[in-house]
Amino acid sequence: MKPLTLFEKIWAAHEVHRDEDGQSLLYVDRHFIHEGSRTPYKQLADRGLKVRRPDLTFAVPDHYVATTSRDFADVDGEDRKDMVASLTRNAAASGVVEYGLQDERHGIVHVMGPEQGLSLPGMLILCGDSHTSTHGAVGALAFGIGASEVGHVLATQTLWQRKPRTMRVLIEGELAPGVSGKDVVLALIAQIGVNGATGHVIEFAGSTMEALSVEGRLTVCNMAIEAGARAGMVAPDDKTFAYLRERPHAPKGEAWEAALERWRGIVTDPGAIFDREVFLDATTIEPMVTWGNRPSEAVPVTAAIPDVAAVEDPTQRGMLLAALDYMGLKAGTKLADVPVDYVFIGSCTNGRIEDFRAAAAVLRGRQVAPGVKAIAVPGSGLVRAQAEAEGLDRVFTEAGFEWRFSGCSMCLAVNGDTVPPGKRSASTSNRNFVGRQGPDARTHLVSPATAAATAIAGRFADHRALGG
Amino acid sequence: MAKFDTLVATAAPMNQRDVNTDAVIPGRFLRRKREEGFGTCLFHDLRFHEDGSENDEFVLNQPAFRGAQILVADENFGCGSSRESAVFALHDYGFRCVIAPSFGDIFHNNCFKNGLLPIVLPAEQVATLRAQAGTMQGAPFTIDLAAQTVTGVDGVAHRFEIDPFRKRLLLQGVDEIDLTLSFEDKIAAFEAAR
Repeated sequence: MKPLTLFEKIWAAHEVHRDEDGQSLLYVDRHFIHEGSRTPYKQLADRGLKVRRPDLTFAVPDHYVATTSRDFADVDGEDRKDMVASLTRNAAASGVVEYGLQDERHGIVHVMGPEQGLSLPGMLILCGDSHTSTHGAVGALAFGIGASEVGHVLATQTLWQRKPRTMRVLIEGELAPGVSGKDVVLALIAQIGVNGATGHVIEFAGSTMEALSVEGRLTVCNMAIEAGARAGMVAPDDKTFAYLRERPHAPKGEAWEAALERWRGIVTDPGAIFDREVFLDATTIEPMVTWGNRPSEAVPVTAAIPDVAAVEDPTQRGMLLAALDYMGLKAGTKLADVPVDYVFIGSCTNGRIEDFRAAAAVLRGRQVAPGVKAIAVPGSGLVRAQAEAEGLDRVFTEAGFEWRFSGCSMCLAVNGDTVPPGKRSASTSNRNFVGRQGPDARTHLVSPATAAATAIAGRFADHRALGG
Repeated sequence: MAKFDTLVATAAPMNQRDVNTDAVIPGRFLRRKREEGFGTCLFHDLRFHEDGSENDEFVLNQPAFRGAQILVADENFGCGSSRESAVFALHDYGFRCVIAPSFGDIFHNNCFKNGLLPIVLPAEQVATLRAQAGTMQGAPFTIDLAAQTVTGVDGVAHRFEIDPFRKRLLLQGVDEIDLTLSFEDKIAAFEAAR
């Protein structure tokens, strides 16, 4: 029998029908929805259609919610309130469980899903959000879809897709102390580019990935989309099973044992062929900082802004020069000499308990630099509660951070948490696009530990030098 | 969904790689209702200055391209966020086709749901078409979906590949949900076997 990849096994297990033209109709195990589902629900209502499988659909408001409180009244503006309220109305009317603002399990969808054990190995998981690739870290096939496709899944519990190509990213070697999953994925994107994996599903493999915690893997898979990938995946292993074991929606008792047996087979067979293979030497990776307007424009925190005038391709050179201009940076300037105004720790990339522990280790006993506004936004109510149980909230607040409630917040700045024009942000989120955190805001992507060190120094700083 | 067969229209050139969906439609416009339309939001922060006045240098503000229905873009157009509002904005502005050497995967899928044809051609051919659009302003391009060709103002036809399933749905104006509901028996059987 032909050896299969992890991806191919999951794809085959979900194929309801294959069209004569090669498209597959895939069955969806989990469909997560957020406020962006307002249009798809209207689409269904206009056609007199119902949600086919409300039991496989889970709703959570995350993009537009206030992070200063859990009070609906604090959602900023009537139009945002309507986005949040419409999700609650639509979920209730269609029998879909909602993890609402008052629910401690509330969170960013890509934090809440794995945390609740809703995301499990072998599943096909969809959500109207590009960072759905996050869930692939538990050995699932998970990817983002558009509003029309959300409507299609709501109505049919299926989706038409052409099988993407496969790519294995082999990451080998021991990470240096203080180097995180965020640094790994930024280094990868710097190596292969923002369209280096377009049209492919990435399987992240190798000793480095095996050594990473599940939360670190979630971070890596989260940013697969920033390399252009359709999805990112990691084969499930004993770490995955330990992470999932007591989760509310994980199988229990005999069902757990049966699931384990099944899940152990959801790995790439020896000899399986990938369409592309990429190698990354993890031993060379340092804490990374982006300097431009694409996640690929990243260098070690110890480095200087590169000299882009020497780039041969005129289109590329023009883009890089424009990025420097937008970011208010000059080639040759050391990152350690670049001051910041805002620091944001949170998002579906870095809003988990390990992220806050890493940042707190750097912050403990130190103060945020004068003039820096720093906010910490846990990825879920349970992350927040766990952090508080460990006393991490006090570490953050005593250092001068605001300690917020869960939500997407400053990652994409649609809830009112924005970086003002011309101000510079060190952010643990996933995109440094022009205007991403607010019109004319300047975003640099970093790990939680680097963000914490930067908040203290008031400029980009290597947390390893602080001994955190 | 509206059918797409042929299109004869002005093309606007966009000489920028990696145009992400945040640039196509900034996040602050995503809370609009679909029925309000998104055309005015398209490339908002490129089209307009902070005071709301038009940026004369932006291609779509140049007289020859105001009525363009074809956008000739560059590598990795529509990368980033899954926001279908990016496609809504292009569609509502009046675009019916985007030509590029490559697209962001989710954006590419979203185009087909809205009758917006994303055409992939080799980078050199796209560069030629962009140059033609820029120098022979207002001269029409012809898109023939059935024949899978883009004909520039020089009369040269460039053949493009397209997923046959997507092509069929566009040519026939087939709604995907209706199509899928015709497989109800198969879906139910699949569910029962799980």
